[in-house]
Amino acid sequence: MKAIYSLILVVALILIAIVGAGLLGIGYLFGVIIPYLAVLVFVVGFVVRVVSWGRSPVPFRIPTTCGQARKSLPMFKDKWNRLDNPGTKLGVVGRMFFEIVLFRSLFRNTRVEMHQGPHIAYSSSKWLWLFALMFHFTFLLIFLRHMRFFTEPVPGVFVMMDQMDSMFQILTPALYLSSVLILVALGYLLLRRLLVPTVRYISQPADYFPLFLIIGIVISGMLMRYIGVFKTDLMPVKELAMGLVQFSPTVPDGIGTTFYVHLFLVSVLLIYFPFSKLMHLGGVFLSPTRNLPNDSREKRHVNPWNYPVKFHTYEAYEDENRKAMVEAGLPVEKPLEEETEETSGEEASDDNAEKKE
Amino acid sequence: MYDAKKIIPGLIIFALFFTFPFWFNLGTAAYTTPELELPDPEEHEHCIESTEYMRAEHMAMLDEWRDIYVRDGYQEYWSELNQEYFLTSLTKTCMDCHSDKEKFCDRCHEATAVDPYCWDCHIEP
Repeated sequence: MKAIYSLILVVALILIAIVGAGLLGIGYLFGVIIPYLAVLVFVVGFVVRVVSWGRSPVPFRIPTTCGQARKSLPMFKDKWNRLDNPGTKLGVVGRMFFEIVLFRSLFRNTRVEMHQGPHIAYSSSKWLWLFALMFHFTFLLIFLRHMRFFTEPVPGVFVMMDQMDSMFQILTPALYLSSVLILVALGYLLLRRLLVPTVRYISQPADYFPLFLIIGIVISGMLMRYIGVFKTDLMPVKELAMGLVQFSPTVPDGIGTTFYVHLFLVSVLLIYFPFSKLMHLGGVFLSPTRNLPNDSREKRHVNPWNYPVKFHTYEAYEDENRKAMVEAGLPVEKPLEEETEETSGEEASDDNAEKKE
Repeated sequence: MYDAKKIIPGLIIFALFFTFPFWFNLGTAAYTTPELELPDPEEHEHCIESTEYMRAEHMAMLDEWRDIYVRDGYQEYWSELNQEYFLTSLTKTCMDCHSDKEKFCDRCHEATAVDPYCWDCHIEP
């Protein structure tokens, strides 16, 4: 039901673009005003959200310890613990790098299995990691590849990405491998939510909506490139895109409705982004369980807004009560100064002698 | 704000990354769709199919021509628009009219960073 609700929402968005830009022909709204608004909301919303996270204090080290701390005991020599439980800044940089680029925590994903007996077993489950990695990197590549519409002349790096992505020269125009891979990955991520009962139980519209939205964006983009009736003349599209980024927006004739659907869905994604779970793009950098060194044993971390408590240290306590403590035969760290050291020393040695006997 | 020394540079990098097309094009001339050099309209009323069809499907047509000519040996393409047969040849048919690659093919291809592999085999006439 939650999935259907999200699907209906995305279909409604597509219909809005078809009716608005296609039938009513208000291209300026869908081609200029909404995209500008979307970029503005995205960048400002992103910054505001990250700053609001930055305001939350993290006074203590709370890293997830995925290995034995480096300096705890000499028997722990596994060098990977420098990444799994880093005690230094360098280790944290390494941990964050692999977390962001290779999703190491997701690689540790496990699955619970019930066997005959009954036995319970936890087994490694790498599929989510694999398809998540696939999705994120193809999305990045697709995003960067689109810069060919926003630059003139197109820098060589984007041309190279385009050529690499279409290197197998399947179909004309050449099939982008990233288009296929992102659909496979999105298909997995969606089917996982729909078919795995435990994941389905915790899935919300906020989980399905971005999936359907991105699937809609990918499919509308692919239709524009490969399927006859949906094809769009790229030259006015580039003129529109360049007009936007050079702040002289124009809406040239001859842009197909599919393009407006694509652009509208992208705009919705950008507007939705700062208010949604998609903010993990910024949030991953601010995860206190990942970006803090586990150095609580080496450094003392003081809560900065602690009320200045007046401490009564043991040294002061002993200074006040030393005489009484010695009289009562309690051990003291500093011997009494005024009395002769010999007496107290003799007493102590007498005690020891008694014990030996 | 805590850790402002790390968060603010991070946000600046983020903003620069996402506004890349806005500042990359600063100071460059306003973009206009490149003009194509078309054959004399008195000699040729239209291409072998309608302009809209050619814009959308020329690459698929050339791909199909390559297949039927090189693999199957057919050399003729029936154009409904012209009621005429054409030789299925990039060099002899297309480039008979659109003779200058740089002033026709390349202009749009370069603007959209398309690198067709026609010229891996064909020589520009």
